[in-house]
Amino acid sequence: MVIECLVLGAGQEVGKSCVVVSINGKRIMFDCGMHMGYLDHRRYPDFSLISKSGDFDNALSCIIITHFHLDHIGALPYFTEVCGYNGPIYMTYPTKALAPLMLEDYRRVMVDRRGEEEQFTSENIVQCMKKVTAVDLKQTVQVDKDLQIRAYYAGHVLGAAMIYAKVGDAAIVYTGDYNMTPDRHLGAAQIDRLRLDLVITESTYATTVRDSKYAREREFLKAVHKCVASGGKVLIPTFALGRAQELCILLDDYWERMDLKVPIYFSAGLTIQANMYYKMLINWTSQKVKDTYATRNAFDFKNVSNFDRSLINAPGPCVLFATPGMISGGFSLEVFKQWAPYEANLVTLPGYCVAGTIGHRLMSGKPTKIDLDENTQIDVRCQIHQLSFSPHTDAKGIMDLLKFLSPKHVILVHGEKPKMALLKGRIQSELGIQCHDPANNDTVCIPSTHYIKADTSNAFVRSSLSPNFKFLKRSIGNSDLGPADTSATSTLQVCDERVAEGILIMERNQMAKVVHEDELPELLGEKTHVVQFAHCCPVTINNLERTTNSDLSSSKDVSCVWLHLLFAKLSNELTEETIQDCGEHLQVESMYITVCLKDNCPYRTTDCFGGKSATTYFCCTWSVADEKLAWKIISIMKNLDLSNT
Amino acid sequence: MKLTCLSKGQGFYFPPCHILNVCGFLVLLDCPLDLSALTIFSPILTDSKAILDEDSDCPAHISLDSESRGSKRQKLEKPLDDTKNFVHSEPCYKTVKNLNLWDITSINVVLISSPMGMLGLPFLTRMKGFSAKIYATEAAARLGQFMMEDLVMMHMEFRQFYGPEESSFPQWMKWEELEVLSSALKDRVLGDDGSELGGWMPLYSAADVKDCIQKVQVLKYAEETCYSGTLILKAFSSGLEIGTCNWTINGPKRNIACLSSSIFVSSYAMNFDYHALQGYDLVLYSDFSLLDVMEDTDNDNYFAPAANNFSATSDDSNTQDVNTESLLNTDENLEETEKLAFISSCAIDSVKAGGSVLIPIGRLGIVLQLLENISSYLESLNLKVPMFIISSVAEELLAFSNIIPEWLCKQRQEKLYSGEPLFAHVDLIKEKKLHLFPAVDSDKLLRIWQEPCIVFCSHWSLRLGSVVHLLQRWCGDQNSLLVMEKGVDADLALLPFKPMAMKILQCSFLSGMKLQKVQPLLKMLQPKIVLFPEKLRRHFSFSSTSPISFIEYSENETLRIPSLKLNSELDIAIDLASQLKWTKLKQENINIARLKGELFVEHSKHLLLPGNGNGNEQVVGFSQSRLLLQHWGSLDVQSLVTALHNMGINASVEQGKHDATTQSDFTVCVLEPKKALIKINATGTVISAADEKFAAFIFEAICNCFCLDGI
Repeated sequence: MVIECLVLGAGQEVGKSCVVVSINGKRIMFDCGMHMGYLDHRRYPDFSLISKSGDFDNALSCIIITHFHLDHIGALPYFTEVCGYNGPIYMTYPTKALAPLMLEDYRRVMVDRRGEEEQFTSENIVQCMKKVTAVDLKQTVQVDKDLQIRAYYAGHVLGAAMIYAKVGDAAIVYTGDYNMTPDRHLGAAQIDRLRLDLVITESTYATTVRDSKYAREREFLKAVHKCVASGGKVLIPTFALGRAQELCILLDDYWERMDLKVPIYFSAGLTIQANMYYKMLINWTSQKVKDTYATRNAFDFKNVSNFDRSLINAPGPCVLFATPGMISGGFSLEVFKQWAPYEANLVTLPGYCVAGTIGHRLMSGKPTKIDLDENTQIDVRCQIHQLSFSPHTDAKGIMDLLKFLSPKHVILVHGEKPKMALLKGRIQSELGIQCHDPANNDTVCIPSTHYIKADTSNAFVRSSLSPNFKFLKRSIGNSDLGPADTSATSTLQVCDERVAEGILIMERNQMAKVVHEDELPELLGEKTHVVQFAHCCPVTINNLERTTNSDLSSSKDVSCVWLHLLFAKLSNELTEETIQDCGEHLQVESMYITVCLKDNCPYRTTDCFGGKSATTYFCCTWSVADEKLAWKIISIMKNLDLSNT
Repeated sequence: MKLTCLSKGQGFYFPPCHILNVCGFLVLLDCPLDLSALTIFSPILTDSKAILDEDSDCPAHISLDSESRGSKRQKLEKPLDDTKNFVHSEPCYKTVKNLNLWDITSINVVLISSPMGMLGLPFLTRMKGFSAKIYATEAAARLGQFMMEDLVMMHMEFRQFYGPEESSFPQWMKWEELEVLSSALKDRVLGDDGSELGGWMPLYSAADVKDCIQKVQVLKYAEETCYSGTLILKAFSSGLEIGTCNWTINGPKRNIACLSSSIFVSSYAMNFDYHALQGYDLVLYSDFSLLDVMEDTDNDNYFAPAANNFSATSDDSNTQDVNTESLLNTDENLEETEKLAFISSCAIDSVKAGGSVLIPIGRLGIVLQLLENISSYLESLNLKVPMFIISSVAEELLAFSNIIPEWLCKQRQEKLYSGEPLFAHVDLIKEKKLHLFPAVDSDKLLRIWQEPCIVFCSHWSLRLGSVVHLLQRWCGDQNSLLVMEKGVDADLALLPFKPMAMKILQCSFLSGMKLQKVQPLLKMLQPKIVLFPEKLRRHFSFSSTSPISFIEYSENETLRIPSLKLNSELDIAIDLASQLKWTKLKQENINIARLKGELFVEHSKHLLLPGNGNGNEQVVGFSQSRLLLQHWGSLDVQSLVTALHNMGINASVEQGKHDATTQSDFTVCVLEPKKALIKINATGTVISAADEKFAAFIFEAICNCFCLDGI
């Protein structure tokens, strides 16, 4: 049994997340994203690798989208409406509500502004979303008889989810993008401890360990405040959903505290409209925001108003949230062209910028000129503020999550190749987990868990679950330990060593059955036939006065004395085993030792070597299990001399 | 498994209450209060005009108000002349009396299936020694919390009015006091045999409620949770109200679906998720709503289908292939919509005639829909009549109703996707058509109060809350309208307010499954056993050929249900299974192997994994490598001698002293190459040899001797 992972996107790169996982005959597509950095065929995952014939309905069991970012959902309308996938699609309620806004915004930017040929229409988006089944967090969805999926809170954006999928005994988690630390409007990722074969995790910040969020927030507010105080304009290119709300809560709060009157604008109606959704979906935000919903919804911003195009060159300071993020085109680019040449202005880039975007170029170095195309060049004189506000987990978070989940294998996606390789090494060396970082269109195969199913008897379960206390004597170790330590470490240790022991029975055409060994004979309709060993062992006794055999009552007493003597000797010799003196006999595990008073014991195979008066016989019986132990004891007994006491 | 039905309940507000014993765990299903019993208490009657007209400087009314307290007895007795007195005391609350007979501390799990089902919970959670884990859906827990908080707030008025109790034992429960009650009231207090008296409790405090809510573990619909590794619990929507659910319990040997009052198609709450209940061996049917419908003989408008109607349909659907469309037909939903439309038009008629409308209905869904309906009627007629919701939790409740798309029906979820508010009240409040107030005497209310108006307020028992004041104010106005639910004993409830000139509209809303749908549903679910209320059983004609066996249960009787599965299932890790040493038995193609590992009980499954030794290996050492062997069958002595001979061992057989016909003892003596002795009888074999190697050698010979299977 193997789990097969075909990485169609986000393999050793960020963009067009799409992984197709086959488990026990089910095939699940996780995310269906597009690449923001490409305009040609590379922008979409290569769907032909899923099915040559294009019969995607039969090739896939379902699609699960983790969140509404375009690099996770951008190709979905194309895949359903143009490629013709009609099977089930799952995403959380917020993702289903907000994804159409993202898709429509992207489509508009592509078609209306860039004049590109459209990949999908508005109608396509509507039709696509109709096929989507919305799920709640932790809701266990039975996709079909064998496939079970569940969403966990991922914290990255509103409605972001980590997905657990289980087919038969094999289970995996696909994290999507996640954040292990809470921010102003979202909580931290949360997941149960699960038995997993595989975790497919993002690794955007594979090597970064971030400092406290508080310092970063303060730095951001200071930069913005300084800029507007000196009359500059602040451009914050963001996507309409997510960072916009997060930063807006931050700014709105700061404006209130500092009593600032500088206007904060949202470009277009998109973000305002988005806030409406945020208000209804407040249950998906952080606990703090959630708790205050009845008195004041955190997404009712006081200092925020709509931006009008005519305000671009209006005098005076302002703060503008403009879409799309990363300055990949559209309105944010339009404003950037106007504002970039002035030193008083500030461009704040919150979070990650995909390679190929202007945002990426601004962040990697300090360019003074940016070539937009052959004819257009922009002078960049404004200040650039990089804001590490990206709601992705850092390296520590990834390691923490993997350590918590302890899967058998890890696949890294959604990161940069060299950094991923470093993280992969860490995961293998520090956590001892097999790790892979496949490139796009690579397939990784890992073995999957499979359990043998058997019926089990109550006796077996009971015996396995009943406590099995072991009392271990420990010699007092370091004598130089203080008195406080000696009181804490008792010489007697009690441990509960539960061992499940039973018998597995396989009968043709029947379910395997596990029983307790005592149940076996009855089950098979047979009687137990016990095979035992016996040995009558002579032990030398010299200066003890022997009584005559005829005096039975006194001989019993004498045999007790001998048994006690033997017990004392053996206890000295045997260090590991516990030997019990039961009066009539001694017992070590299954071995019984009694005094043999018979003159002609059948088990007396050894001829006595000393004088009769100097030897007494001990009859030993044991079962096969203690063969070694028994012979060890016998050899000790043979060399003993009980007279030396 | 054992089932005890503690109470069959009564209608929507008082759901049934059961105790289950599953896999050794005691599971309590719901913990409701019978709030209809509040009618035995007298409401606090004051002149509500005085409160609402305070700002119209009318000194006469104010003086009346101050008088009212002293003269309450006389004032009350006047309209009650021909009946007996109500109980004039701080009310007590009627819990499920049979629950009090159980040892509360022995309960392991409490499952809440509706907000109404948790109103009695603070009585349990505040008890010393109560340690059960309580599960409820997120929405039900929140709505239940609002209801309890509102109850405590409304009750405050009584506490202020009557002052603190002198003793912990309420005066009115003294025998002398009970004697003078009318028989109708006495019935309610004591029950048939006086046993009900023990169920009355003074109300819990706000702190008790808070404490109770903190102990509730909330779940989403279809979220899996596991109790003690053994029971997997899941809640699936039942469609009755926002957040209500049907619980499923999966244990290692049994799986149970607890079917509470369910509505297939709702126009606000998420629909009844009956597909999720498929594949459960046992269904506990506890939708008693039909009982209320059948007992309600006056009711002729809404519930026409009778039992004989149903038996006809049941005969048609003999085929296994159940028509699920019949389950989902929207007739009942249409009926409900018509009812709401009718109530709305009656309300409009009243306000047109200058009267006010009072709607003391406790169902959130109905209130939210009526708000939408009435407001759109008002809009279309261009009537400027204000609507009020008066409740201490109104603001929170309405805010909450707009942030729970996950708990609502498809049509409401569509509103989320199109970016509209889930319920119309959001806009109504913005447009100042709807006003929310915590109580009738709040300052802001007095400022904008205007009649006629439409008021939604609590409590439906007509004994607590703002409804008492407003009813008193409007009961003499023939243009005003009171909308109340059926199921409340209207005669008794309205008695303190008589004579009534006010119009009364009594209506019943769908509170569970319809008769026609029960059988198709059970056929579709295909359980092996259905636990069915004895009281409902006679209304059904299940064919005797049905593969489902019905077991009837009745109130306060413990029912023992035989186990279906003898064995539980075990999952064995493949790396453990691959290391097994198999022994093939000569009989019946059986292979056996010794199995050893570590047993885990998680998620209601037994899992056997290779033991990891925990680092104590060396200490335990010897006993861990121990391999117990066991043999059976009888040993064929001759073949043993042959086998020994083949191994170069000379052996001779001595017959034992017993007679030869029965199985007897043998002794096999070995002299060459070494001395050894093998004693064989019916139950065992003893090998005696001089040294270890030779003993092992003989043992091997015996094992190889095919007459004996061993492990």
